[in-house]
Amino acid sequence: MSELLIKNATVYDPINGINGDKMDIAVKDGKIVDSIGGGAQTIDAEGRLVYPGGVDAHTHIAGSKVNIGRIMRPEDSRSGIKPRTKITRPYTGYTVPNVYAMGYRYAEMGYTTAFEAAVPILKARHTHEELEEIPIIDKGGLTLFGSNWMVMDAIREGDQERLAAYVAWGLLASRGWGIKIVNPGGGEAWGFGKNVSGLDDPVPNFEVTPRQIIRNLAEVNEKMNLPHSIHLHCNNLGVPGNYKTTLDSFDICKDIKSKRDRQSLHVTHVMFNSLGGNHWGDFESKTDVISDYLNKNDFLTVDMGQMIFGNATTMTADGPVQYRNSTTFKARWGNGDVELEDTSGVTPLYYSPQVYFYGVMWAMGLELALLTKDPWKVLLTTDHPNGGPYVNYPEAMTLLMSKKKREEEIAKITEKAYDRWHISGIERELDWYDIAIKTRAAHAKVLGLVEQGKGHLGIGADADIAIYDIKPDETDATVEYDRVKAAFRKAAYTIKGGQIVVKDGEITATPMGRTYWVRTKVDNDGYNRMMDDLKFKFKNYYSVNMANYMVQDEYVQHPVVVETEYAEV
Amino acid sequence: MKLNATFISGRTVDQGCNLENKTSQAYFNAAGYCEMNSTDAGKIGVEPGNNVKVTTDFGTVVVPLKICEGNPDGLIFVPMGPWANAVVDPDTKGCGMPGFKGIQAEVEATGETAPTMPELMDRLK
Amino acid sequence: MIIKDVLCPFCGCLCDDLAVEVENNKVIDVQHACKIGSSKIMGHDRIKAPMMRDDKKGEFREVSYDEAINEAAKILANSKRPLLYGWASGVCEMMKKGVLLTEEVGGIIDNTASVCHGPSALGVHEKGMPTGTLGQFANRADVAIFWGCNPVQAHPRHMSRYSVFAKGFFTTKGRKGRKVIVVDVRKTDTADLADEYIQVNPGMDYIVMSAIRAIIANHADVVPDNVGGIPKEKLVELAETLKSAKFGIIYFGMGLTQSRGKYKNIDNAVSLITELNAHTKYSIIPMRGHYNVTGFGNVCAWETGFVNAVDMSRGYPYYNPGETCSNDLLMREEIDAAFIIAGDAGAHFPAQSIARMGKVPVVQIDPFHNPTTEMANIVIPTKVSGVELEGTAYRMDGVSLRMRKLVDVDFPSDEEVLDKIIAKVREIKGASS
Repeated sequence: MSELLIKNATVYDPINGINGDKMDIAVKDGKIVDSIGGGAQTIDAEGRLVYPGGVDAHTHIAGSKVNIGRIMRPEDSRSGIKPRTKITRPYTGYTVPNVYAMGYRYAEMGYTTAFEAAVPILKARHTHEELEEIPIIDKGGLTLFGSNWMVMDAIREGDQERLAAYVAWGLLASRGWGIKIVNPGGGEAWGFGKNVSGLDDPVPNFEVTPRQIIRNLAEVNEKMNLPHSIHLHCNNLGVPGNYKTTLDSFDICKDIKSKRDRQSLHVTHVMFNSLGGNHWGDFESKTDVISDYLNKNDFLTVDMGQMIFGNATTMTADGPVQYRNSTTFKARWGNGDVELEDTSGVTPLYYSPQVYFYGVMWAMGLELALLTKDPWKVLLTTDHPNGGPYVNYPEAMTLLMSKKKREEEIAKITEKAYDRWHISGIERELDWYDIAIKTRAAHAKVLGLVEQGKGHLGIGADADIAIYDIKPDETDATVEYDRVKAAFRKAAYTIKGGQIVVKDGEITATPMGRTYWVRTKVDNDGYNRMMDDLKFKFKNYYSVNMANYMVQDEYVQHPVVVETEYAEV
Repeated sequence: MKLNATFISGRTVDQGCNLENKTSQAYFNAAGYCEMNSTDAGKIGVEPGNNVKVTTDFGTVVVPLKICEGNPDGLIFVPMGPWANAVVDPDTKGCGMPGFKGIQAEVEATGETAPTMPELMDRLK
Repeated sequence: MIIKDVLCPFCGCLCDDLAVEVENNKVIDVQHACKIGSSKIMGHDRIKAPMMRDDKKGEFREVSYDEAINEAAKILANSKRPLLYGWASGVCEMMKKGVLLTEEVGGIIDNTASVCHGPSALGVHEKGMPTGTLGQFANRADVAIFWGCNPVQAHPRHMSRYSVFAKGFFTTKGRKGRKVIVVDVRKTDTADLADEYIQVNPGMDYIVMSAIRAIIANHADVVPDNVGGIPKEKLVELAETLKSAKFGIIYFGMGLTQSRGKYKNIDNAVSLITELNAHTKYSIIPMRGHYNVTGFGNVCAWETGFVNAVDMSRGYPYYNPGETCSNDLLMREEIDAAFIIAGDAGAHFPAQSIARMGKVPVVQIDPFHNPTTEMANIVIPTKVSGVELEGTAYRMDGVSLRMRKLVDVDFPSDEEVLDKIIAKVREIKGASS
């Protein structure tokens, strides 16, 4: 492929410790290289801000839940409409964009990689059909295991070899990147309309606890040497007082060490799980306690799940939460149980700053990022589209960079929120380096994608580069946040694999990205035991035949497969 | 003697078996008939296998009669297909779905022959 | 040679346990399928070659694929408001091309759901839909209600595979452990094998649901002595049965989508299910007709944001059932060309709509001669998807599976024809790809 030279860039590349250095970046054959010959296409960055392409470690962009959201919400599809052009298909949607807008809008923001947060194995083919239609970005998916019959049976019988063999099989069947756990055990209880109330509440009919599910999957995750740690959506999401469940969930993995240079636990959208109080009347932010834990412990990472005021479509595998949302707010309710595996729910919500608990939750996402000292530990996400659509990341970024902007927003929030949060007292303002960590570097590190060339601009990295129309030395983000936000929303240039795909916020090319997944070799006796159990379940309980179940090669046209191997210790 | 009835259309196994076979006699046999209970058949004096004329506000069609005792009085069934569709309501009432069920119909004995599928379609050209 | 784990390309059950015997590149036997699926896979006489005629009353003349495709492309490229309808008998891969072609020509794309479960989508827009995969119901449901549907006739293996006779982890007794209730305007074959048949007067399903909801909400006092032909005591008894389920499921069909109220019936049914979830676990699922009609809804939704009836004349998707569904457009005489693929409008639209179609050029893409062929000007035969072509299909519960190719034939696939038409349309319109 062709060569590209970016001159006069002000580079923030935290993985390589580069903090605003003025440098040139050379690109050849889709990778960052040391140098190239003359005559290459040149972009003069004119001293503007250059980040590695954005990486999103947790977002709901493809698959059954997302499509149910689209089908349910034609009013959402009617917003955000952009007619087709010679280069682009039509854009539709805001919280549930069509597949084209999904890719284009990430690229417009300078993002080049996004991972689907929850893939049910039985419906993984659908996820990949959609991923294959999302232009430009590289992608992957995290496979759901937390309420799965094969998983729970293996855990109950104390058979970790079998568990590992199944996780490997499930990742292959779903072409998944890692282990996703949502409200562990609760998905099965929801099969009869129940939930689990805490970590030690046994799953009805399966006699394993959420604690056991988390612990065993975490141990097996490390034995399988997966690039990513387990990725956990805690029990009791959205319930006042749940911060205790969250802290207890953290503790489960405290003594687990990874061979890889990463956390052994990633807890997602932890804002929703940092609630204090006993009910909505006395609920308050406990992000101070959560951040305190993060400040004292290095084995875990979290992402914010930042709330954005306005429309959202909540969609998770936490069936009970979605039911509660829909009945509480008299909203449409889409529920999707997946036999033997998990569940899901989709409910549209509207976050108004005049409703005090939304105001507090808005503050809590920011608090987590600001009260946790190490910026690498708290990734910036909105749990798109649960907290709000990803196109609002620049809003979250500038809120973290400017106390003045925060005060401006606080003035719009009902006073009833004020004595339940900590945000008013926080002075800290993040800088360009911190933001680079929270929107690309840390995501790549947490996901285990740095080795794949993501999230940094070192030699050999993928040439995924974002140039923003900001001169960092001349821009005070603490006051010029409106301009900074607009600049982050529409990149001056987005380069994907060495190709310019966005110029001045407009799509200029639509190459297809790659799908990353993991294949683990499991050479233990557990494999045969697993297969026996699996065949039994297919014969007696699944409604599809095993021969038709796994995702086939046809559905992943541009795969990048990372091979790992199971080892006992 | 005319029978006032509520008309519905719907699927049958035989109609389904012949969905790729619509030029055949088998398809006509599967989709071209009108079903009512024996009491209603008695009211219009038609034996099964003989033809009836079904008329609604939207059209008219001649098809052979079948007996189905599961039908309550005043309910006639014609399998989905061009014979049924000769008499259904094309108005979707603002939601996109035409009126395939619940139409007021009159049914009477007739000596006319039932049209073949091509004959039915010829009327629309 | 026996090919196992074959998927049936007929109805929304998408049974995937068929065994098909193929010899000398011909299907000679089909095992495990129902009569309807077996009939489709065994095959029928088909259209041998492309054909064209100017006068719909005249004879067709045989033409080459290139000629037919070029003529079809000309018609589409030069029409102001073409309708591209059908899709549900094809695989998802070709549906994506259909959306693209519709965009290229600024037409309207619509599928068979328009005359089937389109109203269910409207119900989903109103209230959502609490549902699950079919195995969830097979494994758990102890109360199964068939409301306005007749699986014995329309989805013959549904009851044994999923809903009535199926044995599962929590349903080891199968039929014996399940209470089966049928609500319909007449005593169908499905009603004959139910534990209870409740006859409702035509057009009264909505009010009956409202009555049940009132009883469940402890307001039986507002319910009259007879609702829609059903005595109040029966409704009280039914409400009690519903509430005492461990897991209840409502399967519903055209009895709700096509009867008076149409989408409002679905709206009310979903409300009923949601309210039942306050007492015990309930789900609801539409009995989808074509084996891949669910696939079209999914493809169209992820491509355009809307589930069907998408008007691209503005250069972006516009959706308004009642305005943009096929029969709405035909009855308003807006359509100046019709492209009917993998779906038989001629057989399944009201005669008056077809009469409108009779006035405009009609292109048909289908392996088989049917009522649409009678109205057509250009006919292009293609492979039978799921028998002669592999590809993706979505079962009625949204589980996607891959159809197998069983035999080789010398016909192009729908997708190949669409690709050529798109290329030709672009050439005619002078657009760059």
